[in-house]
Amino acid sequence: MQTQAQISSLPKKETKKPSPFWKQVKKHWQLYIVFAVPLAFLICFSYIPMYGIIIAFKDFTATQGIFGSPWAGMKYFNQFFNSYQFVRLLSNTLILSVYGLIAGFPIPILLALSLNECKNVRFKKAVQMVTYAPYFISTVVLVSIMSLMLAPRTGLVNHLITALGGTEINFMGEPTLFRHLYVWSGVWQSMGFSSVIYIAALAGIDPTLHEAAVIDGASKIKRIWHIDLPGIAPTIIINLILNTGSIMSIGYEKVLLMQNSLNMSKSDIIATYVYRIGLEDRQYSLSTAVNLFNSVINCILLVVVNQIARKFSETSLW
Amino acid sequence: MAAKTEKRVKKRVRQSRSDAIFSIVNYSLLTLIMIIVLYPLVYVLSASFSTPYAVTSGQVWLYPVDFSLVGYETVFRNDSIVSGYINSIIITVAGTLVSLVVTVMAAYPLSVRDFKGRNLFMGLFTFTMMFSGGLIPMFLWIQKLHLYDTYWALILPGAVGVYNMIIARTFFQTSIPYDLYESASLDGCSDVRYLLSIVIPLAKPILAVLVMYYGVGYWNQYFNAMIYLANADKMPLQVVLRNIILQNQIDPSTMVDVDQMLQKQGLSELLKYSLIVVSSVPMLILYPFIQKHFVKGVMIGALKG
Repeated sequence: MQTQAQISSLPKKETKKPSPFWKQVKKHWQLYIVFAVPLAFLICFSYIPMYGIIIAFKDFTATQGIFGSPWAGMKYFNQFFNSYQFVRLLSNTLILSVYGLIAGFPIPILLALSLNECKNVRFKKAVQMVTYAPYFISTVVLVSIMSLMLAPRTGLVNHLITALGGTEINFMGEPTLFRHLYVWSGVWQSMGFSSVIYIAALAGIDPTLHEAAVIDGASKIKRIWHIDLPGIAPTIIINLILNTGSIMSIGYEKVLLMQNSLNMSKSDIIATYVYRIGLEDRQYSLSTAVNLFNSVINCILLVVVNQIARKFSETSLW
Repeated sequence: MAAKTEKRVKKRVRQSRSDAIFSIVNYSLLTLIMIIVLYPLVYVLSASFSTPYAVTSGQVWLYPVDFSLVGYETVFRNDSIVSGYINSIIITVAGTLVSLVVTVMAAYPLSVRDFKGRNLFMGLFTFTMMFSGGLIPMFLWIQKLHLYDTYWALILPGAVGVYNMIIARTFFQTSIPYDLYESASLDGCSDVRYLLSIVIPLAKPILAVLVMYYGVGYWNQYFNAMIYLANADKMPLQVVLRNIILQNQIDPSTMVDVDQMLQKQGLSELLKYSLIVVSSVPMLILYPFIQKHFVKGVMIGALKG
């Protein structure tokens, strides 16, 4: 009887207890303290700097500070949209990254398919070892190697050209060559490493599909087309979304290193312009406005591409 | 019967001419790719061990010509290169350590199922992958925090790489069984103790991946150092490299004694090749060990968490 009374009194007690949400929080209070550190980093170095974006709408001067500077409205956006540079910068940015995407996207897939067909394990390992290596080279070293090998007078390539009776080419200073050098050096550096993800996806394909196809007399090319490619299609779509979404946020570090006064007409992109007018010319407000324009376009792109992917296939980022 | 069909299938596979051609094309293609990737690296290495004249006159194309170490002597005689090397080591070690600790501190709580608010926190992290304050607001903020011209400006802003954090979180979620947590907490193990004495020892593979990602990242970065550092003595190796190789800023007085200006010019060219090799040596040594960890990282990252 006593125990029964105790049991019946239990629910009453529970109504006084805090909700399960706070119970869980209380239970894991140590985790919240641990997590506070990275959260503080995030707030301090990612979110607080965001409020500085308002200087895009102000006439910023260092003496008056971010809050004290007078409002300028859309002045700097208009200045950028109406400047003669706008079309050039936008088209340079888009052409460079679309070219990079078209050249750089399919090659790792082809490399992965090719490696997957390679039955000699040691050879396969050797190819992987070599093709991954350039990924670990810094951008500075990559551009250095390129500019040394392609240098006029002293570079290897120009020695070869003159030996064959041609005329020297100033590769790094030639505006028409800039895009090709940028894109193909990028392919050289990252094709091996970008293929890893597809190799992993290919390893996950059910081998019985291939066995059945072999018995039905399908050739290797047919098997690649009808088994391997559909098998890695979700991975391809996800990667395509990620790459398309980052079209406006092209790797400016490499562009900046390859840029010189001779190839400026093709190598000047939005990101390098932001750097130049911002940190070299100290036009803080204009630079921030241009950067904001770039980021907003980038975000819209990512969302749109993801929506499209969601509509036409099962695969999407979120 | 079964053996017979198998035999017939094998025969047919062997007979297929298109498959044989395919294999030949495939192997030649892979060999070609390997040569294209390897050649520039071999060339730079060979050039760095040759004499200045052999390099600038184009005699070197595959193996060192007139073997010499004069390029390396010049590199180690140059003070800015040596100090750049030391600075890079300091930044890489300190940065990797800070990043590793903070990343685990973010990734572990986010991997715990009943950590309330984790979706919100996760969203806060992933949003920063898409949108940021941008160059100037960040620059002004670093100045305001008095981090300008300190190594903290290179380390703190990027301490948590969101991508790396997601990899670590995925690993914690998928590779450490929940039962382990349940039995530990029944025994009265607190969350912090569980993290330190059970999760971290079990997470060594992912910690190795993180160390590699962050280490390579810090060693190779130049842009942040270029904008946040002012003092020439503090510059890491990549910035020194950029100044010497791409901007042609070399102080002739630091060169080995040679009479003719022409030879000096040749030497300043050779120096660049040796410098590339010297700056890549840590990566070259670590590469065979690093490689599998990097691959592992990509694989874990590919699993959507």
